[in-house]
Amino acid sequence: MKQSSTRSSDLKRWLSQNTGFAAALLLFAILFLTYNVLHPRGFSSAVAIQNANETVAIAFVAMAQTLPVLIGGLDLSVGAVMTLTNCVASELLTGSPLQILLGAVLTLLTGTLFGFMNGCIVVYGRIQPIIATLATGAVAIGLALLIRPKPGGNVDDDLSWALTNSVWDLADTYGFADGGEAWWLRPFADIPVPFLLVVVVAVIVWVPFRRSVTGRTVYAIGSAEGAAYMSGLPIQRAKITAFTLAGFLAACGGLYLAIQTSSGNADVQQAGAYTLNSIAAVVLGGTSLLGGTGGAIASLVGAMILRVISFYFRILDIDPLLQPLIEGLVLLTAVSFGAFRTLRVKNQLDLFR
Amino acid sequence: MQISLSKENRPIVVASLFVGVILIAGTAYTLSTTGTAPLLSVNYLLQQLQTGSFLGICAAGMMMVILLGHIDLSIPWTLTAAAMTATAVGGDLAIPTALGVGVCVGLLNGIGVAWLRIPSMIFTLGVDTVLRGLMVAQTGGFAPQDRATPVMLFLAKDRIFGIPAAILVWAAVSIVIATLLTRTGFGKSLYATGSREGAAYLSGIRTRWVIIGAFVISGVCAAIAGVLLTGYSAKAYQGMGNAFLLPAIAAVVLGGTHILGGKGRYVGTLVGVILIVLLNSVLSIMQMPEAGRQIIYGAVIIGMLLVYGRNQRVTS
Repeated sequence: MKQSSTRSSDLKRWLSQNTGFAAALLLFAILFLTYNVLHPRGFSSAVAIQNANETVAIAFVAMAQTLPVLIGGLDLSVGAVMTLTNCVASELLTGSPLQILLGAVLTLLTGTLFGFMNGCIVVYGRIQPIIATLATGAVAIGLALLIRPKPGGNVDDDLSWALTNSVWDLADTYGFADGGEAWWLRPFADIPVPFLLVVVVAVIVWVPFRRSVTGRTVYAIGSAEGAAYMSGLPIQRAKITAFTLAGFLAACGGLYLAIQTSSGNADVQQAGAYTLNSIAAVVLGGTSLLGGTGGAIASLVGAMILRVISFYFRILDIDPLLQPLIEGLVLLTAVSFGAFRTLRVKNQLDLFR
Repeated sequence: MQISLSKENRPIVVASLFVGVILIAGTAYTLSTTGTAPLLSVNYLLQQLQTGSFLGICAAGMMMVILLGHIDLSIPWTLTAAAMTATAVGGDLAIPTALGVGVCVGLLNGIGVAWLRIPSMIFTLGVDTVLRGLMVAQTGGFAPQDRATPVMLFLAKDRIFGIPAAILVWAAVSIVIATLLTRTGFGKSLYATGSREGAAYLSGIRTRWVIIGAFVISGVCAAIAGVLLTGYSAKAYQGMGNAFLLPAIAAVVLGGTHILGGKGRYVGTLVGVILIVLLNSVLSIMQMPEAGRQIIYGAVIIGMLLVYGRNQRVTS
């Protein structure tokens, strides 16, 4: 009896600390379940695979955006870094398995280095993140155009097929686990590989990072940078790491986009759209743009909400011309829920930063 | 001789020097390749400033919002929506309609940011998306009129006493903004609110109205730019404002306005716009491919800010 009451108070505390995230999770669950109920082939592996494929790139970019936002900054170059790595990957992901692996590593390294450069400019150049990344974003687009003046590319077909379908197809393509028929693979056979990729990256990159001193420092900087400095936390290291990881995660998005579309495209509009959508996803997930609260998992949910909304247009009979308007209204309404905060403050001054 | 510069003026002087460097470098290039110096002819410069006036007017509005520590990401589609609605209405009412659209969008942005307290970064982004949706819905089913009216054509293309009318419009907007910032209570309130909103509120400034005012000015400036751009290209079209958002932010920041608000002079924004316009025209004279342009553009912003835009180190 006593134990269950502490558990419920734990839950209450978690809810009060993560209201935004909990609301986002609930919203996503409702939207996704309704979508599958309405879909003629809902709850099937094929639909899940299609949905997962279209969500991966924005999910990675949204996770990337989270880290600079947590330190109270903003990274306007995530979309551009994704585009740059997309173009790099479209050149390198071909040849023997070893060459492909090397190509993937080089792609991720490109994004990571670019993020590291952003971090150094912000920390040692002491330039505001938003404006520094606005400039480096232009540089990234320039480099992408240099690598790939016209859309196109050469990506290994097997890889492209295996990573954009179910686990069974992955095993079937590369002939492990008896071509996907092994008993231990059965329970997982229908899971979309892209979904697994996002989860794996989130678990092996984000979770350990969040628990590390550097990760906690990132949160501390967002809450009160002066206090974090006075407590002797490694501020510079945390800031550089935040931007570097953002570059890495954006590169994951670019790499996957190259695998999914078998091509690279140095599209300025697309880069800008991804950057802006990543900010929207971060906010939808419940992360504060002022820094200090939230997380990459929350942004992942935010990105999924953004995508589910667009899935609805396929199954509901909505005039395609009205789609952008509805998308905009939904986004505006969703972020307006943040206004409830203003009703709760007891002191007017708490409204001001 | 030691020249002392106040911190406020340093960006303006450095940016002006850099404008000079661009002109000299560009002229050296044209002299060595073709033996002419078009960059130094008055006519060419006026022509460049004429095309730069659209950016200049957008940047003027953006500066008001940035001085508050906010940002207006809705400029591209405010500009487009104002232009498209104006041409659809047509006739004498076209320009008032455009300005009306600008005021409405500004009011909406202001209410979202000042009353609902939603970060401007995300609220104006949402407004931008909604405006795009409205324009797509409006023009999709049928084709409304998109021709520029004679007044728009006159304002964008004609010259008065040899000076393009567009530059005169830009100058008028500049004078209004500069006067607002330096000579009126609204200007002082703007700087105060941008420095620390809590303190401004406690000293009796109605900060919410100041925020709304700044967003309305930004919306109206975008609408004016939309009217001129429609005249310049003879019609309004979707996506006509996309090229103005990031350069406008860059121009404001290059001119020494602090991105977190509270500091900056309007002259700086003017110099920032001229810098970006001339940099673009020199790069296009050099026939620099888009890739090189983007890289140089980014490098220039970083380089300039490293010279004068650095923050204080956090030490407490």
